[in-house]
Amino acid sequence: MELLSGGDMLVRALQDEGVELIFGYPGGAALHIYDAIFRQKGIKHILVRHEQGATHAADGYARSTGKAGVVLVTSGPGATNAITGIATAYMDSIPMVVVSGQVASDKIGEDAFQETDMVGCSRPIVKHSFLVTSAEEIPEIVKKAFYIATTGRPGPVVIDVPKDVTNPADRFPYRYPEKLRMRSYTPAGKGHSGQIRKAMALLLSARRPVIYAGGGVVQGDGAELLTELAQRLNYPVTNTLMGLGAYPGSDKRFLGMLGMHGTFEANTAMHHADVILAVGARFDDRVTNTPAKFCPGAKIIHVDVDPASISKTIVADVPIVGTVQSVLGELLEMLKASEEQPDQSAIVDWWRQIDDWRERHGIYTASRYRTDGDMIMPQEAIKAMYEVTGGDAFVTSDVGQHQMFAAQYYLFDKPRRWINSGGLGTMGFGLPAALGVKIAHPDQDVVCVTGEGSIQMCIQELSTATQYHLPVKILCLNNQALGMVKQWQEMQYEGRLSHSVYEESLPDFVKLAEAYGHLGMKIERRDELHDKMREAFAIKDRTVFIDVYVDPSEHVYPMQVMPNGSMRDMWLSKTERT
Amino acid sequence: MRRIISVLMENEPGALSRVVGLFSQRGYNIESLTVAPTEDETLSRLTLVTIGDDHKIEQVTKNLNKLIDVVKLVDLTEGAHIERELLLVKVRATGAQRDEVKRSVDIFRGQIVDVTSNMYTVQVSGTSEKLDAFLQALGEHTIMEVVRSGVSGIARGEKVLSV
Repeated sequence: MELLSGGDMLVRALQDEGVELIFGYPGGAALHIYDAIFRQKGIKHILVRHEQGATHAADGYARSTGKAGVVLVTSGPGATNAITGIATAYMDSIPMVVVSGQVASDKIGEDAFQETDMVGCSRPIVKHSFLVTSAEEIPEIVKKAFYIATTGRPGPVVIDVPKDVTNPADRFPYRYPEKLRMRSYTPAGKGHSGQIRKAMALLLSARRPVIYAGGGVVQGDGAELLTELAQRLNYPVTNTLMGLGAYPGSDKRFLGMLGMHGTFEANTAMHHADVILAVGARFDDRVTNTPAKFCPGAKIIHVDVDPASISKTIVADVPIVGTVQSVLGELLEMLKASEEQPDQSAIVDWWRQIDDWRERHGIYTASRYRTDGDMIMPQEAIKAMYEVTGGDAFVTSDVGQHQMFAAQYYLFDKPRRWINSGGLGTMGFGLPAALGVKIAHPDQDVVCVTGEGSIQMCIQELSTATQYHLPVKILCLNNQALGMVKQWQEMQYEGRLSHSVYEESLPDFVKLAEAYGHLGMKIERRDELHDKMREAFAIKDRTVFIDVYVDPSEHVYPMQVMPNGSMRDMWLSKTERT
Repeated sequence: MRRIISVLMENEPGALSRVVGLFSQRGYNIESLTVAPTEDETLSRLTLVTIGDDHKIEQVTKNLNKLIDVVKLVDLTEGAHIERELLLVKVRATGAQRDEVKRSVDIFRGQIVDVTSNMYTVQVSGTSEKLDAFLQALGEHTIMEVVRSGVSGIARGEKVLSV
């Protein structure tokens, strides 16, 4: 058998696992591993500018491809800098394997230089973690790490590797395990057939049904099945922030996003529903508003691969633990074979009611923002980008108002195109995530929708874009303030704008982009929005920073009334409430 | 409600911290916790006592099951079970107290395992409730130090928690 050092074993095991890309940043404890990377050809390594950027880039790669993202960082600050990105992946159930260097085994616990207890630091935000104690363990640990990260409810796995374990002088026989046996880990597979039958019966009996689909449908590759099921039933579908693209956004059965900034029709339909089919969604507090007032008349079918997600905040009437693919597949087969059909007249009435809600306050039936001023409205900027990209771009996002406007106004027809930090809400996610997406999809339009606040949290990655020639578009909705914070302060703190405005301190983003070797473009006037946007998107071989000055007074609506509101209690504008 | 949850988990470094971390992370209670390797040295058996309503306990067991190191678990309080806790207590025992303490120890079927001219060290085992009762019977004045092991438990009958 071939003899390899721990460092070479690690890299070889990653190759054997099919890894093509690593996002990372070298440092003392990881140098043996970095030397092993230098001496191989199979895996491409992307040097980021900050370890947080590595995790977000790997995350974007993972979300857009379905494969695990791989990160390599050094010990101490390298590891702790990765924490925010690991937590981001954890909250959104993204498969990721993070290899962190660690001080030598005999130094652990001695407060050595660049020592931090990475397994301890990351414990609450990983699916699992390993501390390697000998080089011989490496192949099996790598195999397990990828298996755990990518199966069941996916999530990040940390492998902490003490430096002595990767010593090039110590060589051991290498063999990558073909199979794994883990008695303590059996991810859910098929759903319980009896429960699925119950769910079908309940679905067919529905008079006011809503299908509520989340990120699990995207991650679990269930979008096609969900779409077929919804279309056969002719039932309305709403997607969570994480689920956008799970059902085609431009289809007439799509109600838009639900939740805090969901559409009037989605939230109102949920509130009045008699049967809700929740698939790969977890009844997040940003969806349910006050749990006690959530959908009072609804029977709930909840399909999820993670049993702990079921009945966590909202009790399910028909819980089904299984992969969305297998459960949706079975539901679909059952529906095709079923002689029973939904009560068509009830469904027609339900659609009539929904169409009425759409007409009254829907954001897709009329412009619910000012259209007569000189200032560009943020919604218009997203709509313009939607038109220019034909609705087919990969859109990553940071966190704040721009994120909600993008989620509302960019209608995703395909899964894995909308890439944002939904659970953790990590500002700084968008740009590095866009780079990760662009590497995986070099011929596609990749846009990072951001704000002048978020972009500054990981702006150093503009340099990574230069080094690896990753021509993404950065669409910055610049309102010279932390828009969402300001919105809350205006709505709930009598307009006391505590530390949410930048007061002339913002950089010139055009010059900044140019300093990194990119193109910068400023759009300030409404009448130039479309032309300039077209101009920017016609440039395919450069990274373009599009700094769009938008109306700083604009709020995101609808916005659910909090605290103590139900799904249907919403602000529809600054003055209008349901 | 008080529940005794018995967990079989991989005898790996870090496994215990994941269980304890889960409880603090999700705001669950731990009343007591004991852990030791089993006859199979690759497995540890952990018994924990927690308090919560049915919904909370369901979440506790689901989230414990989600931990990769956890192989199997059972809520012993769902069925007939045997619960034992070990108590070691140092009791002041001088003059007339010596006989009085000895009587209490006998009533609770405990044993005096160490003696000095001023002190008894007493060992009692049983349910947590019984140990509480024993400490109460001793009275506050005589107790110098108390050590309790936390609860261990096992199902009655032929039910077995094993791999």
